[in-house]
Order: sequence, then structure tokens, then C-alpha cells
Amino acid sequence: MSTDLTIHGHGEMVGSQPVHDAEHEGHHHKETFITKYVFSQDHKMICKQFLITGMIWAILGGFMSVLFRLQLGYPESTFPWLEDILGKWAKGGKIQPEAYYALVTMHGTVLVFFVLTGGLSGTFANFLIPLQIGARDMASPFLNMLSYWFFWMASVVMITSLFIETGPAAGGWTSYPPLSALGDASIGSQGGMDYWITGMALFVVSSLLGGLNYITTILNMRTKGMSMTRLPLTIWALFFTATLGVLSFPVLLSGLILLLFDRHAGTSFYLSDIFISATQKALPNEGGSPILFQHLFWFLGHPEVYIIILPAMGLVSEVMAINSRKPIFGYMAMIGSLFAITILAFLVWAHHMFVTGLNPFLGSVFVLLTLLIAVPSAIKVFNWLTTLWRGNIRFTPAMLFAIGFVSMFISGGLTGVFLGNSTLDIHLHDTYFIIAHFHIVMGVSAFLGMFCGVYHWFPKMYGRYMNNTMSYIHFWVTFAGAYLIFWPMHYEGLAGMPRRYVEYSGWSTFNQFADLNRFISTVAMIVFAVQLMFVFNFFYSIFKGRKVTSQNPWQANTLEWTTPIHPGHGNWPGEIPEVHRWAYDYGKDGKDFILQTEPLGADEQHH
Amino acid sequence: MAHSVPVGQKWWSGGKSPFNVEYGKLMMWYFLMSDAFTFGAFLISYGTIRFSSYSWPDPNEVFRSFPVIGQMTVPLAFVSLMTFILIMSSVTMVMAVGAGQMQDRKAVMKWMFLTILGGLAFLGCQAWEWTHLYHEGAWWGRNPFMNINGTQSSTNFSNFFFTITGFHGFHVFSGVIINICMLIKTWRGDFEKTGHYLMIEKAGLYWHFVDLVWVFVFTCFYLL
Repeated sequence: MSTDLTIHGHGEMVGSQPVHDAEHEGHHHKETFITKYVFSQDHKMICKQFLITGMIWAILGGFMSVLFRLQLGYPESTFPWLEDILGKWAKGGKIQPEAYYALVTMHGTVLVFFVLTGGLSGTFANFLIPLQIGARDMASPFLNMLSYWFFWMASVVMITSLFIETGPAAGGWTSYPPLSALGDASIGSQGGMDYWITGMALFVVSSLLGGLNYITTILNMRTKGMSMTRLPLTIWALFFTATLGVLSFPVLLSGLILLLFDRHAGTSFYLSDIFISATQKALPNEGGSPILFQHLFWFLGHPEVYIIILPAMGLVSEVMAINSRKPIFGYMAMIGSLFAITILAFLVWAHHMFVTGLNPFLGSVFVLLTLLIAVPSAIKVFNWLTTLWRGNIRFTPAMLFAIGFVSMFISGGLTGVFLGNSTLDIHLHDTYFIIAHFHIVMGVSAFLGMFCGVYHWFPKMYGRYMNNTMSYIHFWVTFAGAYLIFWPMHYEGLAGMPRRYVEYSGWSTFNQFADLNRFISTVAMIVFAVQLMFVFNFFYSIFKGRKVTSQNPWQANTLEWTTPIHPGHGNWPGEIPEVHRWAYDYGKDGKDFILQTEPLGADEQHH
Repeated sequence: MAHSVPVGQKWWSGGKSPFNVEYGKLMMWYFLMSDAFTFGAFLISYGTIRFSSYSWPDPNEVFRSFPVIGQMTVPLAFVSLMTFILIMSSVTMVMAVGAGQMQDRKAVMKWMFLTILGGLAFLGCQAWEWTHLYHEGAWWGRNPFMNINGTQSSTNFSNFFFTITGFHGFHVFSGVIINICMLIKTWRGDFEKTGHYLMIEKAGLYWHFVDLVWVFVFTCFYLL
């Protein structure tokens, strides 16, 4: 019986490869506008769809932060143009409290899920996995296409929620019940919350379809000679990212289904003993626990931050080795630390809940596990620094962003050590300190990693370069701006300034920060403007950028640079190249770089 | 079996599947892992709420009726029948997969048909049980049953029962649809053309998973 199975397993694979080859070698199959640009099954096109959708979301989500920073920086002023665009939500040119909550909620949701998960993983997993492992496409191009279109549907639902009468969800991006379960408690918990849940459910489906594809493609479709320990670190990072997503998003889905029942079916999964002052009503719900939702949410929520940061780590590792003209330092340690982070990611979720009513003993266990993450993180940081050490560094825009990433990751990681302690957390939780921490370590870092990837692989995506001057301006303003925005927030947080308040002028303790807040808001607007310049640079360069004339413009080792400058569907015109060495032979034996496809010399050993 | 694997074969060196399976089956395994987390989250939520509750209804009292016969002296008779049907449908699925490996189209069709029948019978039983409970006054947000210690129960007994058995029933329903598609494909001879019945094996993986989940759901709601 097993023999049969084995033969069939092989039959399918061996059988399907030549068919693929034949299809892509000789002729181009007929493509219409629809099959090429809309319902495309080419992983490179799906990558661009994810990237551009993610960019639209990033502009929207970033603009939301500009709007609420306006309120925080200039609480006394009115801006009539706000009423023009937001209507009743900014009556008299001043952002209303309900609108403020909606803005911060949607800013978080959009940036965490739609930009830094969908936009980041979706873009680079789609682009790099087949190209770097040597495959014609994903394992299932069809499911891959569905993954994008579910993302698109999730986006439509989420955007629609911005325009309904009661506004979008406004209970924070974590949507904790009971607030999120009770429409009577806040208008932000009415229709907008249902849209939010529906949008997130579609997003989970998209992430599942994508993740399953990424995992199976990496395991099954590597070209001959591409053993797991010859994979570029980008692929390892994307592999662990997909694993995290496949195992953690379903738990969020369960949590949201229970929430939906609490909202509409009269259940009490998360509800117990509630009196709503707005309606002067005591609810009959009994026996539920809002903390249950927090557990379910953070079981996804914590792995989620690694889903965001791991792809950035992978991109940065690759770009850093290429532009230092040195092998990545500690390749196996890099894989090991990625693996350790993946395991630990599932074991630390309750550090988001230290002050929620968690048993302090349980808290201390989570403190230990949380602080353990510092070990693999530090391994990675030291490996990046030692990769740079005595490198022959080329300061391309991508390289600057990679270095910026490491800087941000260190700064944000250090404040994580503060927050990981449950005792310090009593003072620091829900203050601007935590805002500063996660924006630096996860938000800005992941963005820098993403920009690093976009600048580095843009020539492969579009066959043109992005404009260098604008790229350098983009880097320096973003990098300095991010520190100027988030560094001062640490001080505000240590002074006890709470997050999610629409106005602080009523407290003399926080009045001292009025100037600082104005400064932060001003920088935030400048940084946002520079991101718009990046978007301009991106689209301008697609059509007018300097053309790529050589196959391997960065003199890199990996397989994507062995494809033609404009690879068709199927990536390699002839045979898929065979791999003979790892991806990091830079500066070896007097040679600047050695492609992975180059056979080992007589005096060389297998890596 | 040993013959098919050359000695010293390097499974992980690229150019072939390290597990010697085509991508679809690997994908199914990962999907099942993911789905296990969905059910795991549900059942752990159920456990959390149940153990933080003061008391809970006794399943031996709640699940006592049987169609036509009415109240039985032995508890859990009907759900035992349901469980038996579902497990038998797993057996017939195994037979279908086995027949597929023998390239026996007729036998595949016979066993797939029986599997579908078993799935539909299970869904029918579940529909009857739900209707019965509904008429007893149980539904989302409503619970007529008293706690085992005689106190008034919270609604969470029925909340979790309908949500989780409903979610499982939805999986069985999807499985039946998948199996019907597979039956049609077998009948049309699609798998004879491709030369293998791997699709049946993948549907089988899903079907066994759904049965396995039922064992846990059954334990949590009827036995504990």
C-alpha cells in the first residue's frame, strides 16, 4: 500500500514539472488584461497587488495618525477643513472624542494587519519564495490568487466601515469586550464593530490561504541542490512567519466568532454582571469572562508582532550581507534564533495582560518567558553588527534602511526589557511608554525593513531603479523623524501620561508636555509628507525610472538575479538552475561574489 | 515499502518533496493543524468558562431522549448512535482510500457513497437533537436545564453547546460537500485519467480530522 503511495507521490511531482516547463519555455500563453493584471496567478503580479494595496492602506492609516496627532498637538485650535472632510465627526473643526477613538482604532487595525501583515508578508513572500528557492510559481497559484482577493474583500469591508453612519469600530485595535460586545455602550461598538469582525474574518482566510501556500512551496518546491541550509535567510524568515500565521490566526477567528454571538445571539461568553449607564439598564448576561477574550486575542496578538517583524528581519539579513560584501555572520545562529523566536512567540501572550487581573504567579512565569526572547533577539542583533564589521559597505538606499532597522530594533528592544517586567508594567502599561516601545520595535522597524525590501527588489519587480536622491531624503527624514516622534513619548509615559486620551489639558501633570506634543505632531506631519514622496517615487519610477541594464545589478548570489531582467510567468526561460552552494559566498577566495548556481571548485568544501 | 526508497536518499537537498508527498497533501496537513487550533481555542474557552462557573448541568440528565422512544432510562443513547455512525463513516472512508490505491473505481464509488450517507445521517441526527433541545427551551442565550447541584444555571451551557457542535456540524457539512464532489469526479473517471486517487486521500484526511474533533467535542459536552 505504501509503495503505491510513494510511487504516486512521485508520479505527480515528476509528472508535473516537465508540463510546467513546456508551458513556459517556448510560447507565451495568451494573456488578457484581466488574467495578467487582475485575476493573475503569477506570483510576481500577486506580489505587486499586495504591495500596492498595502501602500494605499498605509497612506490611509498614516493619514489617520496625522488627524489625531493634530488633535493631540493642537488641542486648542480648530481646523475648519477637518469638518469639510469628516463632517459631524469634526464638528466646528475639532475632532470629536468618538472620532478620535475611531481613528486610533482604525489606525492600529490598518497598520498592524493590512499594511504590516498583508502588505509586508503578502508582498515579499509572494515575490521572493518562488524566485529565491528556484520554483516556477507557488505550489498552488490559484489559492495564491484567492489569498489576494480575500485580502481585497477584507479591505473593502474595512473601508466600507469608515463610511457608515455610526462610524467604524472604535474600541481599540484589540476590541476588548465588554465594550466591543455592547452597541449600547458606545456608537463605535455598533455597525462598525460588525464590519470590523467580518473584515478580520476575511483577512484570516486570506492569511491562511497565503500561509499554507508559502509553507508548502518552501518545503516541496525547492530546486535541485537547494537544501534547507542553503536557503537565503529571507526564505527562512518567511517560512517561520507563515507558520506563526497558520497556527495563531485561527485562534483569533474563534475568539471573533464567540464575540459575534455575544453581540447578536444573547450569549454570555465574555459578559457578566454589566450595567450600562447610557441606557440605565442592567444586562441579564452572567457567567462569561472578558479576560477569556484577551487570552484568545493575544494568543494571536503576540505572534502577530513576530509575523510583522520576522519578514523584515529576513529582508534586512539578506540586504545587509549583499551590501557589506560579506557572508552573513552566524547563518545557522540566525536560523536558530528565528526558530527560538517562533516557539517563544506562542508562550508570552499574557505579558499583554499583567494588570488585567492575571494571577501574579502566572504573571511571573510570563515575565521569565518574555525576557527569554531577548536572547534570540540579541543573537540576531550581534550577527547583524558583526556582518557589518569590516565590511566593504555600499550605502545603497536599501542598505541604509537595513542599518536603520537594526538601530530601531535595538532601541525598541531595550524598552521591551522594561515592559516585560510585570512590576514595572503596573506603572508603564497603557501609557505613552508602551506606545513608544511598540511603534519603534515593531511599527517603524518593520516599515524600515519593508522599505529596505522595496528599494532592493524594485529593480527585479519593475526592471527600473527608484530615484536615489528621493530615496536618501526618504531614509534620513523617516529615520530621524521616527526617533524624534517616539523617543520623547518615553518621557511622557514614564511621567504617567495615559494613552487613548483625546485631550490632556485638564491635567496639570500632563500640561507640561503641551509643547512636546506639538513638536511630536509637527514631526509626524513632516514624516508623513516624506512617505507621500516615497509613494510618488515608487510610481514615478515604475514608468520613468532609470532602466536596469544588467541581470544582477547588486552583484548578489541568490537565484532571482539569474532570471531575465523582465521574467515572464515561470521565471526562468529554460531549465530551472541547479544550486551548488549557500547564498552567502561574498568575498570568498578573492572573488567578490559567487552565484549559488556556480558549482563548487575542486578545493572547496560543501557548506 | 523499503524498496521504493533508495539507501542514502537525501530528502532535504532540494528537487523533491522531503516528505515524498505532493504539495496538496502537505497543504491539507498544515490546514488541519490550523483548524485544530480553531477547535482548540473553542474547547479551551469552554473549559475556562465551565471551570470558573459555580456549577454546571449534568449531561446525563440533559441528553436522555431518543427519537420515537422518548425519554430513555439509559443516558446518552442517541449521541452514542450518532458517534457510532460518524466513526463508521470513517471506516468506510478508509475503505475508499484503500480502494483508490488499488485503482478500483467501482469500489471507491461504493465506499464514498457510504461515507456520504454516514455524514448525512450524522447531520440528520444533529438536526434532530438541536430541534429537540430547542423545543425544550434551549438555544443561544437560553438554558432551561438546572445545575447538577439544583441551582439556576447560566446560559453558557447551551451557548457553548450550540456554538461548538454547530461549528463541528458545519465542518461535517463541508466534508459531505467535498465527498460528493469527489464521488462525482470518481464517477466521471477523472482520477483514472490522472492515474491516482490522491484527491480521495486528501478528502479522507479532512474527514478523519472532523471525526477526531468530534471525539473531543463528544467528550467535553456529553461525558464530562
